[in-house]
Amino acid sequence: MIMVDNRIENTDTASGVHPLKFSLWLIIISIIMMFAAFTSAYIVRREEGNWLEFELPTILLINTAIIILSSVSMQWAYNSAKKDNLKSVKIGLIATFLLGVAFLFGQWNGWAQLVQDNIYFGGSSSNPSGSFLYVLTGVHGFHLITGLVFVLLTLIGSLKYKVHSKNLLRIQLCTIYWHFLGGLWLYLYIFLRINH
Amino acid sequence: MSSTDISIHKDVHHAHDEHDHHHDQNFIEKYIFSQDHKVIAKQFLFGGIFWAFIGGFLSIIFRLQLGWPEATFTFLEPILGGWIENGKLDPEFYLALVTMHGTIMVFFVLTAGLSGTFANFLIPLQIGARDMASGFMNMLSFWIFFLASVIMFWSLFLETGPAGGGWTVYPPLSALPQAIKGSASGMTMWLISMALFIVSQLLAGVNYITTIINLRTKGMSMTKLPLTVWALFFTAILGLLSFPVLFSAALLLIFDRSFGTSFYLSDIYIAGEALTNTGGSPILFQHLFWFLGHPEVYIVILPAFGLVSEVIATNSRKPIFGYRAMIGSMIGIAVLSFVVWAHHMFVTGMNPFLGSVFMFLTLIIAVPSAVKVFNWIATLWRGNIRFSTGMLFAIGFVSLFISGGLTGIILGNSALDIQLHDTYFVVAHFHLVMGAAAFFGMFCGVYHWFPKMFGRMMDEKLGAVHFWATFIAVYLVFMPMHYIGIAGFPRRYYNWTGFETFNIFTDLNTFISLAAIIGFTAQFIFLFNFLYSIFKGRRATENPWHSNTLEWTTPVLPGHGNWPGEIPTVYRWPYDYSKPGAPEDFIPQHVPFSATQSSNLPNEKDLE
Ligand code: HEM
Ligand SMILES: [Cu+2]
Repeated sequence: MIMVDNRIENTDTASGVHPLKFSLWLIIISIIMMFAAFTSAYIVRREEGNWLEFELPTILLINTAIIILSSVSMQWAYNSAKKDNLKSVKIGLIATFLLGVAFLFGQWNGWAQLVQDNIYFGGSSSNPSGSFLYVLTGVHGFHLITGLVFVLLTLIGSLKYKVHSKNLLRIQLCTIYWHFLGGLWLYLYIFLRINH
Repeated sequence: MSSTDISIHKDVHHAHDEHDHHHDQNFIEKYIFSQDHKVIAKQFLFGGIFWAFIGGFLSIIFRLQLGWPEATFTFLEPILGGWIENGKLDPEFYLALVTMHGTIMVFFVLTAGLSGTFANFLIPLQIGARDMASGFMNMLSFWIFFLASVIMFWSLFLETGPAGGGWTVYPPLSALPQAIKGSASGMTMWLISMALFIVSQLLAGVNYITTIINLRTKGMSMTKLPLTVWALFFTAILGLLSFPVLFSAALLLIFDRSFGTSFYLSDIYIAGEALTNTGGSPILFQHLFWFLGHPEVYIVILPAFGLVSEVIATNSRKPIFGYRAMIGSMIGIAVLSFVVWAHHMFVTGMNPFLGSVFMFLTLIIAVPSAVKVFNWIATLWRGNIRFSTGMLFAIGFVSLFISGGLTGIILGNSALDIQLHDTYFVVAHFHLVMGAAAFFGMFCGVYHWFPKMFGRMMDEKLGAVHFWATFIAVYLVFMPMHYIGIAGFPRRYYNWTGFETFNIFTDLNTFISLAAIIGFTAQFIFLFNFLYSIFKGRRATENPWHSNTLEWTTPVLPGHGNWPGEIPTVYRWPYDYSKPGAPEDFIPQHVPFSATQSSNLPNEKDLE
């Protein structure tokens, strides 16, 4: 791209990356490790047998589409901020937020569908295969809520005219985090598809 | 997309402007909810010392039981209340004591107390930064640790007692409240406390890594970093990668305990009743736990590596031997520490082939460990040694690390481990190599950096007494344990007098307990010296040890922002001690080569 920045040397950071952005990446790594633990536990446990096989709720596919769409709107908001197109920033962020809520709602419905199929989280008729599904979606959902809070904060910032091409940090971090959450779900979904 | 970086300068400078306006803080901002890394470091230090005495006291109680199994301890009744009846310790309370001793020492003292103190204190000072990348996150990290501490401490006073399933909290024991009292609410509080603890460690670790990568002063390239900073850097990386896994493991355990899932539970028959849980696997927990657990032991020992390297070089008045080899071996240890966890599980019925793979990987760790030991000894070799108390503890550390490391190689052999697993041999191994060694590293750090922390010196005579008493006591406690361990004496047994084979060890156990009591008592010498010197110690100068690193270029008591003027620029590595041709036996890192023409090496001439 054209705007390659040479003034980075003037900054206080030795790596040229803003410290907060760097920290965000580290936080993302630690979240990845958490899910690496869950999914490898899943595989190890599955290999041992006594594993209840069941159909994944169909709505998960729709949710996957929704979260991909939300990543698109987030990116659009970010690109608009770079071009100082403030109105699109707001629309993009609102769209992202609503799509995120829709995703969570969809996940909730997925759980309802599981319960209807007699797949429970706990209790005497539960099996780890079902419990794992609840844990993976639940912990991802929890992180998605933190992402929604972040989007909301960015939206509030944009309403106060604090998000524009000279002040991109917040929306940039928000975009990274949101894409990560989408990517994480994609990974989980594909993982569940393959290991089911 | 490099275009995304445009916003940087504004925000960074903005953040720094804010720092400079902090002149008039009130008491609470300055000493309690402080964002100054030096204050946070001291908070962690005080927290660590507090926990160390609690943890040590618990061990004295169970050592009393082990040393005098037939005795009645009526004099403990006022302290222990219902846990002791007619002078006899409740066996389940014994288990709780061992569990809490381990948890407190490993996590609250040697992880939070050690890294928390020295990473916070030394990273900004040694890399030449005004503070951590995020002072707020740093403060949050301490207060979450504090909350975790309060919960853990509180659990000591529950009617059913604190957690009792061992510091490794293996299910099913830890998952079933029916099994022992220690798996009731004490275990719940253990899990909550540890979950908070992990969050605190992650916040801290993110901050340490970001600070080291991003906020180094001009000239401070990675290869000019003191080894302390390198060690703390690897510690933080290990924590960042392994603590989330413990979090996952704990979360699943919480679900098993409170939400009726069966991740770790299957086909259990308890107190005449069959549980409904099916499909779980307790071995799964062990895998998850030790995936953290093994890196955790290095999270404990790496900071000590760093502190000791620095103190040994400074007090031998010699450059550290093999600077790059030191870094390389730490990388090796850090990487290997993630692929050896199953050496704690040789007897879980794992595939023998898999066991031999883990055995092979485990034994490789001996190589980088030996490199480090060799380098420390080579640094000491023909050095102009000053036996300051910090230095005594550093040398003590090397000795303990060797003794404990050797038994690691024995345990790493899966065939030998079948005999030794869960005996006192393991207890001896990890107390020497981790427990005692890391404590020595911590003492070494406290004695050495005390002048920078409090502006005064600790008393060297009391320090020497403290060192020798501790050093001798540690060996007297743990050496005999190898012996009874080889004889098969199991760990975590409340009472063994019923077993004919083990009766012959009664005297030895009494001896160990006596040595432990003496060793614990000696720590009060330290406590007195520490507290007294804070207020009444001899006043320190800016650089009392004639050391090269940047923290000693700050005023005696550095204020908020560390350097009153500009941050010094760095020109050389931190180990220019006794350089031939130099007028003094040390050249600090901020002295340019142009000022030291008499001592520059040929390849340094063009840097003048
Ligand atoms: C040469 C390097 C080392 C080797 C080969 C080694 C090997 C082992 C093995 C095989 C065990 C399992 C024994 C069993 O439970 O049956 C063990 C236990 C342990 N090691 Fe090491 N070790 C080494 C160094 C260290 C270091 C440097 C530390 C800490 C700083 C450490 C801390 C521990 C701890 C805490 C345990 C026991 C945990 C428990 O069961 O409660 N080890 N070691
Ligand atoms: Cu290990």
